[in-house]
Amino acid sequence: MADAALPVRRGVLGFLINARGARAGRLHWTDWFTYLYLGLGLIVMFGPVLWLVLSSFKTTGALEEFPPTFLPYGQAYAEVEGHADPLPLFTVTHEDGTQQVMAQIRRLGIVSQMVDPADPDAGWIRVPIDQRVPYREFHFAVENYTFLFDQFNFLRYFWNSVFITVVATLITLLFNAMAAYALAKYDFKGRMTIFIFIIATLMIPPTIVLVPTFLVVSEMGLLNNPWGVIWPAVATPTGVFLLRQYMLTIPDDLIDAARMDNASEWRIFWRIIMPLAAPALAVLAIFSIMWRWNEFLWPLIVLSRSETFTLQLALNSFQGDLLTQWNYLLAMTVLTLLPITLVFAFLQRFITTGIASAGVK
Amino acid sequence: MAVMSSPERPSPLRFLWKPLEALMQAVLNTVEIPMRWAQRMLGQQKIAWVFLLPNLLIFGLFTYLPIGVNFLYATTGGTNLWPGDRPFLGMDNFEVLLDCENYLDPATCRRDLFWVAVYNSAQFVVLQVGFMVTFALITALILNRKIIGRGFWRSVFFYPVLLSPVVVALIWKWILQREGVLNAALVGLGADPVNWLLSPDWAFFWVVFVNIWFQMGFYTLILLAGLQAIPPDVYEAAEMDGTKPVRVFTRITLPLLMPTMIVVLVLALIRAVQAFDEIFVLTGGGPGSATMFIVQYIYETGFASQIQQFGIAAAASLLLAVVLFILTMLQLRATRRQMNG
Repeated sequence: MADAALPVRRGVLGFLINARGARAGRLHWTDWFTYLYLGLGLIVMFGPVLWLVLSSFKTTGALEEFPPTFLPYGQAYAEVEGHADPLPLFTVTHEDGTQQVMAQIRRLGIVSQMVDPADPDAGWIRVPIDQRVPYREFHFAVENYTFLFDQFNFLRYFWNSVFITVVATLITLLFNAMAAYALAKYDFKGRMTIFIFIIATLMIPPTIVLVPTFLVVSEMGLLNNPWGVIWPAVATPTGVFLLRQYMLTIPDDLIDAARMDNASEWRIFWRIIMPLAAPALAVLAIFSIMWRWNEFLWPLIVLSRSETFTLQLALNSFQGDLLTQWNYLLAMTVLTLLPITLVFAFLQRFITTGIASAGVK
Repeated sequence: MAVMSSPERPSPLRFLWKPLEALMQAVLNTVEIPMRWAQRMLGQQKIAWVFLLPNLLIFGLFTYLPIGVNFLYATTGGTNLWPGDRPFLGMDNFEVLLDCENYLDPATCRRDLFWVAVYNSAQFVVLQVGFMVTFALITALILNRKIIGRGFWRSVFFYPVLLSPVVVALIWKWILQREGVLNAALVGLGADPVNWLLSPDWAFFWVVFVNIWFQMGFYTLILLAGLQAIPPDVYEAAEMDGTKPVRVFTRITLPLLMPTMIVVLVLALIRAVQAFDEIFVLTGGGPGSATMFIVQYIYETGFASQIQQFGIAAAASLLLAVVLFILTMLQLRATRRQMNG
C-alpha cells in the first residue's frame, strides 16, 4: 500500500483530512467520535424508515398501544366454542397468584367476563380488569397490505404513477437527447442563443409560473389527464446540459464516417449517438424516474379527480381524511417508497456518482 | 453498423435496455421517413432545428409563455382564468400585497397572511440552510475519512433524499403524533409527552428538522466530492511544515472547498425559499399559520381557497421570482470571483 510509506496522520489533523486515524488495534478519540457520529446518523437517518416499516405490519390494536412495542406484536385471539367471533386473549392473574391465559367474552366497566379457551364448558368467571394484561403474540398484520389491494383503489393509483413516470422518462430521454445532439454536433446560426435559452429556464423554477402554466394546461384540455403532468415535465435544462456535455466527447469522425455511408441524420442520431451516450442517458433516466415518481405540487394542481391521482396524491388525500386508519396509511406509505428504494438498492453507486458529478437533483 | 447494439461496458441498466430495443427500432423506422424529407428540404446543418423543435416547443409553452402571462395575471383582477376576461388593475395587486402600516408587524398589513408567510420563509431559510450546510460539512468530513464500509455509510445519509416529500412527511407525522414513538421515549425517560405538531414553536422546529433530514444527504454528497478533489500533497506539505491542524483546516480545507460550499449554499437557499411539499403534508401550514411559507401562500391563494385569486397569486410569485433572481445573480457573481482567484 502506498499509504504505508507516508507518516500516519493522527489526531485532529487526521480527522480534518483524508487519513486513517490509527493503526490497527489503537483507536484515537477522533475514531471514536467518527463511529459514534456514524452510529447516531444510522439511527436518525434510517431509524424513522425502519420504524415506519415495522409499524406498517402492526394491527390497529397494536398501533394504539402506548408505549408501542418495537416489533409487530399483536393481541392474540382464539376461537372459542359457542362464540361467533374470535375472542381476545389475556393473561389473568388469579387471587392465589397463579397465572392463566383466558379469553375475554365481554367487558363491563372494570370487570370483564373471562372464559378458559381450552374448557369453555366450565363457564365464565369475573376478573377485575387490572388483574389481566393482553396476551400478545408475534404477528405480521399482512392484512394491512391486502386491504389496499382488495378494498382500496391502490392499483389504480399505482398504475397512474407508473404510467406518468415511465412515459415521461422515455419522452424526456428522447427530447433532451435530440436537443443535446443538435447543440453538441451541429454548427448553425443562433446555436449559442438557443443554448442560453434552454439553460436559462434553470432560473425559472416551476413554482413561480404555477398560475399561467395551469392556464396553458387547462386550455389544452389536459386537466385531470396524466398528459397534463407529463408534457410540462419532459424538457429539462438539466437533462439537455448533462447530455450535451457528454455528447461533446463523442468523436466527430464517427458521424462523418456514417455520412459517407449515406446514413440519414436521424439514423446517425439514433444508431450512433444514442447508444454511445447510454451512460449519460442512464443518469438522466434515474433522475427523471425520481423526479416524476416523487412529484407533488404540480400533480396536486392538475389532477383533482381521485381516479387520476398518482400515489403521492392518493397518500396525501388519504392522510387528510379524518377517518383514516393509520395501519392502512402506513402500509401504503411503505408501498410508495418501495420502488424508489429498490432502484436505489440496485443502482446505488450509479446514483451517488451521478449526482456528485452533475450536481443536480 | 457495429456501434448500434447496447454499449460495450457493462451497465447496470442493461436489463432495461433489452426490452426497449424493439420499441426503439419501431421509433427509428417511423420517424426516419419525415426526418429524411426534412433533411432534403433543410440541408445537413439546418436539420438541427428539427432536433431542437420538441424541446423548444415545450420550453416555450410551459416556461416562457407562462412568464409573459404571469405579468398579465399580476396586473388584472377577478376570478376568471382566461386573461381576456379579467379587468385590468395595473399595480393594484402589488400594492395590496405590499400595503403595510408597519412592515415588522404582519398584523398591520392588508394581506397579513402574505407577510406571515414571508417572515416564516425568511426564518426557515436562515435556520434550515445554516444548520443543514453545517451538518452536511461535518458529515462529508467524516465520510471522507478512511472508515470501514464507506459506501454503506454514504448510502445511509443519502437514502432520505430519494424519498418523496409526502412519504417523508408521513414518516415523521407518525413518529411525532401524540401517541408516537418519540413521546413514548419521553415518557420512558420520565418526562411529559408533548404535542409536537400542535405547538407553534415545536412545529416550526420539526419542519426545519425534517427538511434537514430529508435533504442533507444531497449536499453531503456534493461536499464530499469537493473534499475528494483537494490534492493530498497540499496536506502533506502542510504536515512537513508542522502546521497546526486547525490552521490546516481554516487555511487549506475551507478555502479549497469554498467554490463547492458556495454552490451548495446557493442551491440550498434556492430550494429552501421554495419549500412546500413536505411541510404542506406534515403540518398543512399549521398550527394556525405558524409553518405557512410563501409557496403555500401562492398555492392557497390561487388554487385552494374558495375564491381563486389568480392575480394576487401571480403577483406574489413575481415577488418570489425577484428574490430567486437575486439569489441566482449572487451565485453567478460568487462563482466568477472564485474563478478569478
